[in-house]
Amino acid sequence: MPHAFPLFPQEASTIAPAVDHLFYFLTAVSIFFASLIFLLIFYFAVKYRRRSKDEPAPKNQVINNIPLEVTWTVIPMILVAIMYLWGAEIFVRNAQPPPNALEIFVIGKQWMWHIEHNNGKREINALHIPAGVPVKLTMTSQDVIHDFSVPAFRMKMDVVPDRYTTEWFEATQPGKYRLFCDQYCGMGHALMRGWVYVMTPQDYQRWLTSGVTGQTMAEQGAALYNQLGCVTCHGTGKGPPFAGLYGRTVKLSDGTTVVANDAYIRESILDPSAQIVNGYPAIMPTFKGQVSEEQILQLTAYIKSLASTKSNTGAP
Amino acid sequence: MSSQEIAIEPKLNYLNCDYSIKSWLLTTDHKRIAWLYMMAITFFFTVGGIAATLMRLNLLEPQGLLVEPETYNKLFSIHGIIMVFFFLVPSIPAVMGNFLLPMMLGARDVAFPKLNLLSWYIFMTGGSLVLYTVIAGGVDTGWTFYTPLSTLYLNTHVMAAAGGVFIAGFSSILTGLNFVVTIHKMRAPGLTWFRLPLFVWAMYAASIIFIIGTPVIAISLFLIVVERIFHVGIFDPSLGGDPILFQHLFWFYSHPAVYVMILPSMGVISELITAFSRKRIFGYHFVAFSSVAIAAIGFLVWGHHMFISGQSVYAGLVFSALSMAVAIPSAVKVFNWTATLYKGSISYEAPMLYALGFIGLFTIGGLTGLYLATTGLDQHVHDTYFVIAHFHYIMVGGAVMGYLGGIHYWWPKMTGRLYPDGWARVAAIIVFVGFNLTFFPQFILGYLGMPRRYAVYPPEFHTLNVISTAGASILGLGYVIPLIYLAWSLRYGPIAGPNPWKATGLEWTTSSPPPTHNFEETPIVTEEPYRYDRLAEEIHVA
Amino acid sequence: MHNSQAVVAEQFDDRVQQHEAASLGMWIFLATEIMFFGGLFTGYTVYRNLYTTAFETGSHLLNARIGALNTAILIASSLTMALAVHSAQTGKRAKLIFFIISTMCLGAAFLLIKFFFEWTHDYAEGFVPGLHFTYAGPHASHVALFMCFYFIMTGVHALHMVAGEGVLTVLLIMAWRGRFNQERYNAIEMMGLYWHFVDIVWIFLFPLLYLLGARF
Repeated sequence: MPHAFPLFPQEASTIAPAVDHLFYFLTAVSIFFASLIFLLIFYFAVKYRRRSKDEPAPKNQVINNIPLEVTWTVIPMILVAIMYLWGAEIFVRNAQPPPNALEIFVIGKQWMWHIEHNNGKREINALHIPAGVPVKLTMTSQDVIHDFSVPAFRMKMDVVPDRYTTEWFEATQPGKYRLFCDQYCGMGHALMRGWVYVMTPQDYQRWLTSGVTGQTMAEQGAALYNQLGCVTCHGTGKGPPFAGLYGRTVKLSDGTTVVANDAYIRESILDPSAQIVNGYPAIMPTFKGQVSEEQILQLTAYIKSLASTKSNTGAP
Repeated sequence: MSSQEIAIEPKLNYLNCDYSIKSWLLTTDHKRIAWLYMMAITFFFTVGGIAATLMRLNLLEPQGLLVEPETYNKLFSIHGIIMVFFFLVPSIPAVMGNFLLPMMLGARDVAFPKLNLLSWYIFMTGGSLVLYTVIAGGVDTGWTFYTPLSTLYLNTHVMAAAGGVFIAGFSSILTGLNFVVTIHKMRAPGLTWFRLPLFVWAMYAASIIFIIGTPVIAISLFLIVVERIFHVGIFDPSLGGDPILFQHLFWFYSHPAVYVMILPSMGVISELITAFSRKRIFGYHFVAFSSVAIAAIGFLVWGHHMFISGQSVYAGLVFSALSMAVAIPSAVKVFNWTATLYKGSISYEAPMLYALGFIGLFTIGGLTGLYLATTGLDQHVHDTYFVIAHFHYIMVGGAVMGYLGGIHYWWPKMTGRLYPDGWARVAAIIVFVGFNLTFFPQFILGYLGMPRRYAVYPPEFHTLNVISTAGASILGLGYVIPLIYLAWSLRYGPIAGPNPWKATGLEWTTSSPPPTHNFEETPIVTEEPYRYDRLAEEIHVA
Repeated sequence: MHNSQAVVAEQFDDRVQQHEAASLGMWIFLATEIMFFGGLFTGYTVYRNLYTTAFETGSHLLNARIGALNTAILIASSLTMALAVHSAQTGKRAKLIFFIISTMCLGAAFLLIKFFFEWTHDYAEGFVPGLHFTYAGPHASHVALFMCFYFIMTGVHALHMVAGEGVLTVLLIMAWRGRFNQERYNAIEMMGLYWHFVDIVWIFLFPLLYLLGARF
């Protein structure tokens, strides 16, 4: 027998109150206009009801009032402009993760979520994060389009094959919050759900380092760098070096420039001839079909860890 | 013609001139074609409704009461495909547009009557293919056919379903073409653009969308079929294809399509509000231009379905702004309809109840669209039950109520019979109550985060789902009752006479049912529509 | 009563209205065709932008000479079609029949060259994605995407030509039976519009598919 049910989701992220305030504003406007229309209709329908079957149609009917038309055009325009700007501000904020955000990686596949932390810790259908720290998810799909949705954070973003999408949030209080796949992805779509576990920073550190026997993502990436033979060119000068590469602007052979981010590195591995670095020959073979999405993320983590030619700790 | 004469059934009309099956299946009379469409879409509505019933029953339990997720996914796909393409899109244009447009223009038929019949056969061919899909095991792509799911990861009858929709699209295109030419070229003498009933303006705007938009979804579905047959990579990322390109192509039609579904209904409402308050429409030009504005701006907003698809933030901001713009003409219409009631002489026959219900429910539906057009808010409610509630308020609370209101209003004209209005009012109220009970809880479910297309769900969503299903049972009852009394009226309803509602409009100047050629003589129009203030004087007929 | 020999169909008031309605109807139909092909051109534009080099490579694999020949044939067929319309308008039955047949022959030549020369050659060379694609140069999958669009766009275009040939056949029979004269030539004129449209689509397709990479 169903019992008490919530009517409003928890606010568990820094953006949630902003979204909810916008929601209240829209709801207030909606209640106002819906009530206005309902009441006017009701009032007119009663006050001007036909009193007898043969009542003649009203004479001298008013059919135009330009000031009224302008008013009820301009006022809604102003209101929707407010909604637009307010929503746009939140949307743009959601698209700009803070530079110090903690990066966690998500791979969606039918029908589960693979999540990997920088230190190599993996989880499935669960995401552990610290409260009070901005977290940025870098996500891709191995098959169809999914969506990583956390209603308590008021946040979701589609997870698309062959590219990265990102979403970020900062959880405000420890707790357990639902995680849903929110883009229909086939038979198991409704089962592709889990939990986001928000912990205090100390608890998170404890969780993060417990039971981790393997290598960090960067260490795994370093191993791949050698195993797959990347070192034969990129370590000898035949190909562009990786030290300090991540985040830098790269000049390409056609004169344009590009920022060396996750998407650039992924494309360079899978489709190297799409963008050639200026001054280097186009001889890199493609690794399509030889590396998984997870391995690409590990290689990227390795490259990220090469902050400069001096430091090469590989630590997250 | 005085409407105080005793109503007698005219001797020869478009119904009794020939009873043979052949005369129906090979008819080129727009009025008979309207009936052919009405029978077809009533059937499809029933199929789509059965799917909805099974879905809502399944959702009574968080673990799914009736069916496995595999089957549930097929149910919502078929529900969407049939309701959108085989009920809502054709409904008012193909039934009421076909029946009334020539009459409202004072014409004998549409510009291309044979093309009109061909449109119906094309529609039935597409519909048959979709029915085959259902019988052969169903399709589970959702009505949106997103790639690469639909092209690479499903082995249900995707091609048959896509093919059925593709074929039916040509029915829309030809109907739209027919209507635009008819409106441009076949208006009666004196019938200038601003003397047209607003229903005609609505048909015009919807027809523009049919013509410009439908071919794009045709090509989108065509490309899906090609990809499935030849295993090529148009939307396959591993072969260089872009799955989001499909979304752009799909929504380029499917957003204007929703205006195809609502504009004709709005046209009906303009006719009903004026007739049952005995008033001229308030702000005729504003309502007319709003229809065209909605159709035009409606082509520019498709990206609001894709704010979190991976589309750029800038694109999202542009689409959001344009989506706000398209809301304004709809608001203008609602205000003008409400103002039309002011100092009117209002009666509450069933058509008026449907019209008043439309205004209220469309207002709610339209306002909740703003939540979805607001980017920062959409990021929370995208693809949740909030979206489902929004579009059902517009489609069911709006479009279907308009359809039912129109059916009741023009039933006497189409059949020559009156239906029992008492029962009709009861049904209208049941529909209104059942509808709100079904869909209002879904706004709450959506904001709570319940995703759409979920066969099973977490227990905290249980109570609201139960309420919604309870409402759906009431709504279903409300839909069944008219079937009964309307059928009953065909045999036992009182004779209607030419103008039982004492309404203005050329369609009411001819007999009920009309003769095959609509008018004994071509009418000449000398004034604007809805001149209820002058109705006591005869409407001048040449 | 329905009289199929009547000059004016019964829903129209007069010849002028009938003619104007038919014209407007055909123009609207062509607008829908523009949107239909427009979807394909949109997809083509997106991918050409993404994979410029591969699209140029793919374009070079096609035989631009044959394409140019076909373009000339199609333009000639538009000329004969225009002359057919003129013949109908001036009531010259023999010339009308001659020019319809000429148009049909030129159209058939286009289709024969496309199907039995170009496409069979493309298949033999392994340029047909999904059926026989053996190109192994760089970016093979993107070249395959180009070829997809090549076959789909020219294929849909060819379908429209086949439909056109069908309608021309019907019009030929009607012309043979003397059904057209100075008073009654709507159908020929409308067919002229359609044929010119199909020609114009090809005039866009030819450079976009055959002439990429500025090789002439």
